[in-house]
Amino acid sequence: MSEDLCFSTISQLARLMETGALSAEELMRAVVARTKAVEPRVRAFNSYDEADALAQARASDERRARASRTGGRGLPLEGIPVGIKDVISVAGQPLTASSRMLEGFVSPYDATVTRRLKGAGAICWGRLNLDEFAMGSSTENSAFGPTSNPWDLERVPGGSSGGSAAAVAAGEAAAALGSDTGGSIRQPAALCNVVGIKPTYGRVSRFGLIAFASSLDQIGAFARCVGDAALVLGVIAGHDPRDSTSVDAPVPDYAGAASAFAKSGRRWRLGIAKEYFGEGLDPEVGAAVQAAIDVYRAQGCEIREVSLPHTKYAVGTYYIIATAECSSNLARYDGVRYGHRSAATTDALDLFFKSRAEGFGPEVKRRIILGTYVLSSGYYDAYYLRAQKVRTLIRRDFLDAFAHVDAILTPTSPTPAFRKGEKADPLAMYLNDIYTIGVNLAGLPGISVPCGFTRGGLPIGLQVIGQPFKEAELLAVAGAYESRCDWGRRRPRL
Amino acid sequence: MPRPDLKLDHVANLARLALTAEEKERFAAQLGDVLAYVAQLNEVDVSGVEPTAHALPVVNVWAEDTPEPGLPVEEALRNAPARRDNMFIVPRVVE
Amino acid sequence: MTYEAVIGLEVHVQLKTRSKMFSRVGAGYGHPENTLTDPVVLALPGTLPVMNKEALDKIIMAGLMLGCEIAPECKWDRKNYFYPDLPKNYQISQYDQPLCRGGSVEIELPGPSRNVMGDHRRIPLTRIHLEEDVGKLNHAEGVSLVDFNRAGTPLMEIVSEPAIHSADEAFAYLTALKTIMIYGAISDCDMEKGQLRCDANISIRPAGAASLGTKVELKNLNSFSFVREGIASEVRRQVAVVEAGGTVVQETRDFDGQTGESKSLRSKEMAHDYRYFPDPDLMPVRVDEAWKSALRGHCPELPFDKQRRLQRDYGVPYTVTSVLVPDRELSDFFEEAARLCANAKAAANWIANDLLRELGAAKLPLAQSRVRPAHVAGLVKLVEAGAVLSNAAKEVFVDMFRTGEPPEEVVARRGLGANVGADELERWCADAVAANPKSAADFKAGKESAINAFKGPVMRAAKGRADPRRVDEILRRLLAR
Repeated sequence: MSEDLCFSTISQLARLMETGALSAEELMRAVVARTKAVEPRVRAFNSYDEADALAQARASDERRARASRTGGRGLPLEGIPVGIKDVISVAGQPLTASSRMLEGFVSPYDATVTRRLKGAGAICWGRLNLDEFAMGSSTENSAFGPTSNPWDLERVPGGSSGGSAAAVAAGEAAAALGSDTGGSIRQPAALCNVVGIKPTYGRVSRFGLIAFASSLDQIGAFARCVGDAALVLGVIAGHDPRDSTSVDAPVPDYAGAASAFAKSGRRWRLGIAKEYFGEGLDPEVGAAVQAAIDVYRAQGCEIREVSLPHTKYAVGTYYIIATAECSSNLARYDGVRYGHRSAATTDALDLFFKSRAEGFGPEVKRRIILGTYVLSSGYYDAYYLRAQKVRTLIRRDFLDAFAHVDAILTPTSPTPAFRKGEKADPLAMYLNDIYTIGVNLAGLPGISVPCGFTRGGLPIGLQVIGQPFKEAELLAVAGAYESRCDWGRRRPRL
Repeated sequence: MPRPDLKLDHVANLARLALTAEEKERFAAQLGDVLAYVAQLNEVDVSGVEPTAHALPVVNVWAEDTPEPGLPVEEALRNAPARRDNMFIVPRVVE
Repeated sequence: MTYEAVIGLEVHVQLKTRSKMFSRVGAGYGHPENTLTDPVVLALPGTLPVMNKEALDKIIMAGLMLGCEIAPECKWDRKNYFYPDLPKNYQISQYDQPLCRGGSVEIELPGPSRNVMGDHRRIPLTRIHLEEDVGKLNHAEGVSLVDFNRAGTPLMEIVSEPAIHSADEAFAYLTALKTIMIYGAISDCDMEKGQLRCDANISIRPAGAASLGTKVELKNLNSFSFVREGIASEVRRQVAVVEAGGTVVQETRDFDGQTGESKSLRSKEMAHDYRYFPDPDLMPVRVDEAWKSALRGHCPELPFDKQRRLQRDYGVPYTVTSVLVPDRELSDFFEEAARLCANAKAAANWIANDLLRELGAAKLPLAQSRVRPAHVAGLVKLVEAGAVLSNAAKEVFVDMFRTGEPPEEVVARRGLGANVGADELERWCADAVAANPKSAADFKAGKESAINAFKGPVMRAAKGRADPRRVDEILRRLLAR
């Protein structure tokens, strides 16, 4: 029973709590118990504060009781435990980015998304593991040890939001927040058999998200099903005066809009990007995605080939822009006002050099160096400026395609979950992001939904790429597939 | 195609990162490969293409000059690695 | 060989906004350490900047007042470098698209004497842009202590063309700039509070040469006087180097106000590579005609324009306008008084002398003066009408300042009116003459100055309320008999 609770959807849990069959405290206790049971093997969390979570749960029950007495409306995520990637600030909680640089740092303020979650009655549950400073595709770059994929503990859960994906997959949270700069929500979602959505750039506030690449980062959600993802997105999305890049546009009722689309029986026009089905794609992944495309076809959707000719430049473009921006964003980590400070330093200059050398892991250092190089005197035009121009062309490819289709279908990841230690070469790891990265460069929304398993039992994800600010349509298209299968309902054997 | 020279010492200095000799050698090789890979961007015809400054064509995003409370000094210094009299200490700054 | 000095000034002016440039925590000076911070100012993980609209209004206004071209669109750039007083280890600034370009500052050089207006020149500007200020480092034994109260305050950087040619011109430039900034309520430019900072770039070249010599940057010029002394000293130093056969080395030098000398700052191993790139967290600024027009409506008349107008339209002399004009409120006060009494020169004198004296002694700002323009105008009218004499009027002023009473009431209360009856005056004069036959005889014999012997007793009898001209008239008539 307790395990069933841990694998229920938000809608199911909300119904149970509304009818009084379940209290938030009971739910939280079940989740804590499940977490304690599986964490030794999964290691999704950097930390969690059990007492605080239970206190939040009790407060939720009190709120619900007050609301029902006064006849008020319940909050959309009342009592739902939502895991938080350890790059999103929660006041009074650690904020480590899975880095030694921020070991022991406690944040004094709430991210805007945190405020929104709390305002919706959700319980902010724990600090979830990630690749250090969100740089990586496997969570192996965490300074505190890797997270294991609940479907095969020898393998990675993906990254950088590997902890978030694994926690939802393993029943340690009903949903989780992650961040996505080049695929860091969608790819781990695919590798862990959960739904992961990255909104349009500017849809969700970045205030309180540890910045990696400012023009690419977005906070998004992991959930058990598309409907849950819609709910969480609806809560965290919206204009924020504290984030000048957040867009001042109304937030539709995503869950409602998506189901309205479903009921309308709309036949979507779906694009298959030919550049995404070539070399490097694992045949089992390719087959699963083709089978998913067939499901759409059977529903009467129009399937047509589209071309995104600049796809092959996406990884290169990304690694110039993202590293340039992160080299500047990570300059603040110097041991002066907070964070790791080296013990033996002779002067302030020495303090910078040593604290940063000791605090940052190798992948972070590599990206800072590359980013510093491409911005340095004499190289700006050749690298950064050129990459921003190629980025314009990549975005244009997508927008041209959207003149003919409503959404684009691709595999999320070229391979299923790989073994820990398998991709030691940085460039090989970067090339993993080939299907997700263009979406960030173009600022588009994207979602990954489970679409099958390999013969070896490893999850496979289908990516749907949507038009700017059309998350309702995106969720509807994803839901149209999900309604015809039950991959997402399987549970890992833990 | 020859690997572009990463000027690792200079760049690490700009980034205030003290690298070990081993790191320098390893990074030079790894990043050299990355730079060689990204060189393919030079193939692209970008004539007449504007760089993506921001995804959204928005201007004049600001706030009114209305002061709001800040952090109490204890909160401001809460994570300070070293402090004295409500100030952050750093080892001496040599000009 | 004579040499010409070529100087460019980089002036940082702190804008007088209530909150900071990119976050809404309060801005200010003199607060207890680290009490004006928030997560954005401290660059805590996850924080983002948001522009302050008022800071934009103020720099556009400064640009309009200085005749600059206001960029129709501009953006923000990150200037990347590491320093303990720079929380993000990058400063948000404007690199290649500053908000203002061109423009100029009208300056007045010292005249041949204090009473004579000096030459006016225009110093052209290169650009003005906005950026954020850094924290403050206090050095103690072996450590540095950092206070971030100042970090994030809006800063305007005003760069002049290398068109200044002497230390005096530099001083005049700063004085003029400060007055303009105060007029526009843009900044108080108090150097002691760090609201204005100045670095100088100085080179020399043979007089009449066209090309520029190697420039030296001079820092730590902490007052207008130190700017003047520092520049003069550096020009002398460079001339001495060249005359001794050497060449001027491009470097940064630190000025010591106490000794009047400068020393070379240890040259850094690497030149700064700021790796400027557009800040992805901030949107560009577009300034349209409507915005500029609205601000133009708020621009005050420029100080020198006002000075010229006061001299031309009111006939107030240079020495007096020089006192009135640097304080915008004071000159406005004067114009109001002049409007009310039609003797502008007299009003100006009362304000420039008596009012300022009383304000200084009481340590009060003009806004708190009980004497208002109507008081001054009233007093001027009373003196013109002869109802009160000049020296009595001075006492009236002091009382007005203390109590705020209109002049007529003070005169009545203290009986200071020049209202001596003709008979009385006649009698006092006659008594004085009668009491001093020797002086009377001397006067009748042709000794003009003898008449003064009678004036004292008459004035004493009249308790100073007699008009000296009438007294003189009466005495002469009496003595002529």
